[in-house]
This record gives sequence, C-alpha cells and structure tokens, in this order.
Amino acid sequence: MSGARFSPLQRLLHWAMAVCILAMLFIGVGMVSTISARTLPLVSIHKPLGIAILVLALLRLGLRLRRGAPPLPADLPEPMRLAAHLSHIVLYALMIAMPLLGWAMLSAEGYPIQLSPGLRLPPILPQDTGLYALLRQAHGLLGYAFFAVILAHLGAALFHGLVRRDGVFGAMAPVPDRALN
Amino acid sequence: MPPSPAQRFPLGSLIVIAAVLGGSAAAFAYTAGWLSPERLSRERVLAGLSPPGGPAPGRRRNHVRGICFTGSFEANGAGAALSRARVLAAGSYPVIGRFNLSGADLAEPDAKARVRGLSLRIAAPDGSEWRTAMITAPVFPVATPEAFYALLQASASREPGAMAGFAAAHPEIAAFGAWARSAPWTGSYAEERYNGLNAFIFTDASGGEHVVRWSMRPEAQPVPVPPEQLAGRAPDFLDEEVKARLAAGPLRWTMEVMVAEPGDPVADPSKAWPEGRRRIDVGTLTVQAIQAEPDGPCRDINYDPTVLPEGMRVSADPFPAARSSAYALSYERRAAEAAQYPRTAAGGRP
Repeated sequence: MSGARFSPLQRLLHWAMAVCILAMLFIGVGMVSTISARTLPLVSIHKPLGIAILVLALLRLGLRLRRGAPPLPADLPEPMRLAAHLSHIVLYALMIAMPLLGWAMLSAEGYPIQLSPGLRLPPILPQDTGLYALLRQAHGLLGYAFFAVILAHLGAALFHGLVRRDGVFGAMAPVPDRALN
Repeated sequence: MPPSPAQRFPLGSLIVIAAVLGGSAAAFAYTAGWLSPERLSRERVLAGLSPPGGPAPGRRRNHVRGICFTGSFEANGAGAALSRARVLAAGSYPVIGRFNLSGADLAEPDAKARVRGLSLRIAAPDGSEWRTAMITAPVFPVATPEAFYALLQASASREPGAMAGFAAAHPEIAAFGAWARSAPWTGSYAEERYNGLNAFIFTDASGGEHVVRWSMRPEAQPVPVPPEQLAGRAPDFLDEEVKARLAAGPLRWTMEVMVAEPGDPVADPSKAWPEGRRRIDVGTLTVQAIQAEPDGPCRDINYDPTVLPEGMRVSADPFPAARSSAYALSYERRAAEAAQYPRTAAGGRP
C-alpha cells in the first residue's frame, strides 16, 4: 500500500457526513415510530438536515470525480475490490437520492416543505397522490437499505483496519494512525 | 502491512467488528421501536381507529365521511395583535375545506355521528399555510393521546364494564359526556360551532407570545332537531342539506381566537378555559362552493394541524404532534390505495 490518503477536505466531508447521515437515519426511523411530542422536533431537524446532506453530497461527488480515491491494495481479492466500488456507487447514489426523494414526496403530497420557520423550499413535483405513494414507499425502504449499506461499509472499514491492516482504513481515517495502517 | 500467512486467526478483531455492527443494528432497531411493542405507534393508533370490518380503502382512517368545499377567509386584521402570521393580516385568503363526521365506518348514517368536523387549509400569498381540523365538541374527551388510545380500546371492547372502567380511570371524559348527552343536535353543518380544542402559541410582531385556542362561530342560527327525527332522514342528509343551503347563498363563520391566561390548562384539551378569557374575532370564513369528495380538492389534503404559518407554533398540548403522526400514516395508506377510491367525474383532477 502506497500510504496515499484522501485529501483533508475529502476526509472532513466524509466524517462530517457520516455523523449527519447516521443522525438522519436514526431521526427518520425514530420520528415515525411514535406519536409522542418528540416527533415534531425530529421532523423539523430531518428536513433541513436532509437538504444539507444533499448539498454536501453533491460537493463531495464533485471532489471525488476531480480528485479520485487512493488505489486499493494490489493484493485485494477481486470480489472485495468489486464490492468496494459498488458500495461506494450505492452510497453516493443514496446520499443524493434520499433527500431528493423526501423533497419530491412532500411536493407530491402538496405539503409545505418547511426547512425553518421562515424558509420554505418550492415543490419539485406537482401534487399527485399516486406518485406520493410510490415516493413515500421508496423513501422509507431506501432508508433501511441505506442503513444496511452503511453497516456493510463500516464492517468492511473495520475489517481493513483491524484484520487486513492494508492501509484502506487509514486512507480515510480522520487522523493518521499507524496502528491501523 | 499485508497479513502474513502465519498470522493467527484474528478472532478478537472479528468479535470487535461483530460487536460494533450488532450494537449499531440494535440501536437502530430500538430507535425504530422494533424492540418496544408497547410504544404507542402510529400503526397502533390507526388499528385502534379501525372499524370491525377494517378501514375503507383509499379514505381517511377517521372522520372518513365528508364533503369538500372551497371558499375564502377574510381576515379583519384584528388577529395581528396576537400573531404576525400572514393569514391574519387584513386580507382575503383562499380556503379548501372539508365538512366531516367523526368515525371510521363508511356505512354509518349521518344521524349517528355525534361529533361533526370542519377542516380548513388557508393559503397565504407568501406560500405559508394554516391547516386546522376542528370539531363540534367544546372539549376533547381525554387529556392525552395515550388516554385517547385507551378510549379507542375501551369503546371497541366487548367486555362488560370496559367503558365504565375507562371513565373511572379518566374522569375528565365527564365533560365531553355531558356535552354529548345534552347538547342539541342540528340538521346542518352550517349551524354548528366548530372548536379547534388544541392550544397553539401565537407570536406577534413584537415577539410577544400568546397561548390560544380557536373556534368557528356560525352565522346561521342553530335549530335544534331531536336525534330521533334526524334518524329518519336520508343517510347522507347533511351533505344534501349543505348543498341545498349553499344554493341559496354563501355560508359564513366568524373565527374567534381565545387567549389563555397564566395557569389555564393549555396542555389539556379535555378542559375548557375559564369563562371571561379574552376573545378576538379575527376574520370570516365564507364557504362558496361544495364538491363531492371523490373529485373534490380536499380529497388529497392532509389536514395536519402542525402545518402552521410563521407566527404560530405548537404548544405544550401533546395532541397536534400525535395527530400529525397519525394523519401522516393515514395519508400514506390512503394514497397507496387511491385506486380503490375511484374518482367519479370524467376529467376529474388527476
């Protein structure tokens, strides 16, 4: 392994977004789990946080396309190499699709898309109940899928860091850590 | 460093990985409520509302019967003393509303529904909206969403004494019960007073906060009709009556906002606020046209009481959050079943 790492900005975005996305998934699944008064503050965080993730994800995708990623270790078995590439594509797709689905779903419901007391987003779709039903279902199911892919990503990262010790974890680690390289 | 063939099996590392992943998955499952079946979920509330034969597909899970209307809300500007909401500044704002009846049983005749409702979506030119769903009862039967769920269970129970037991545990229901027994019935949606019941916080232009409840006071004089007489009318007599009445001219209500004083039970819609509280008439609702629900504009609106313009927000009253949650799931389900509630008019709104 060359010891090449993602750029500091890429690492910063990765870890900031990791926190946001995990928070988002827990908020999302928590806010529909109960009818308690907690749901309203959760919903009011869910919307602006989702849009923030969308903006960050687009920025990050641009960076990734420009700066690329450090090469994977030469001895990484082909199935793991394929899984790494595919999971990254899926993660980027979900980071961008989930907020857009949420925004589109509220648009199709004809529900105000309130980010904060004074800030509303315009609808991106006309009101359409059939479309709403599809988008709502997709938003929920892909949310579960997102969490599952993140778990797989986390498991793989730990496997690289603790078992293979091949530098892949270190490439995205917030600070260089010789123990994990 | 690549793993050396001599390296021993990394059991410790694998256990760490399994623990991290298992712990994360468990935390997620807990947050989702999958480990806490006792949590009062939206699904349980909707199951509690469901009539014995199941809900009517494609329709609201409660207050299932209703009729749409369009009209306007003319704010007189007096509400600006309480809230800076755009819809309370003097002006006329379009309304899509719904007259409705409590209950989830589509087959129940109009004469059986003790509680009638009025839902409004008032739209302001700045894109803000005020959605509210009010009922004719002057107080809500119970103090908390949990008690409401218990009430649904008790009223569906076949066990003798279930309701008596509930009433003993929730004495607040007596006020609602007294209203249900003694208040006169009328033969028209137009003759009813509709009450918001839930308390909200209004913020005025200088940042002052006021805890309020609102009601709609009918212009039409209520004419009491004995329920036995209503039982002899057509099953949908309320719809037909309001259509006929509207043919003779628009229907009007005055919106009245009541302001709480310190110590008033703002978090408990089962308790009326004391007489003598400041009441401000903030505007007039005018109903101009009626549309049957299958093709009407109210059909696809979720009258979520937490959709509020800037200058209004929820208070310590736990019901708007609970209603918002349950209404959202009701909307999800009926949207997915929309094909089973067909539109009737060719060229009805898609």
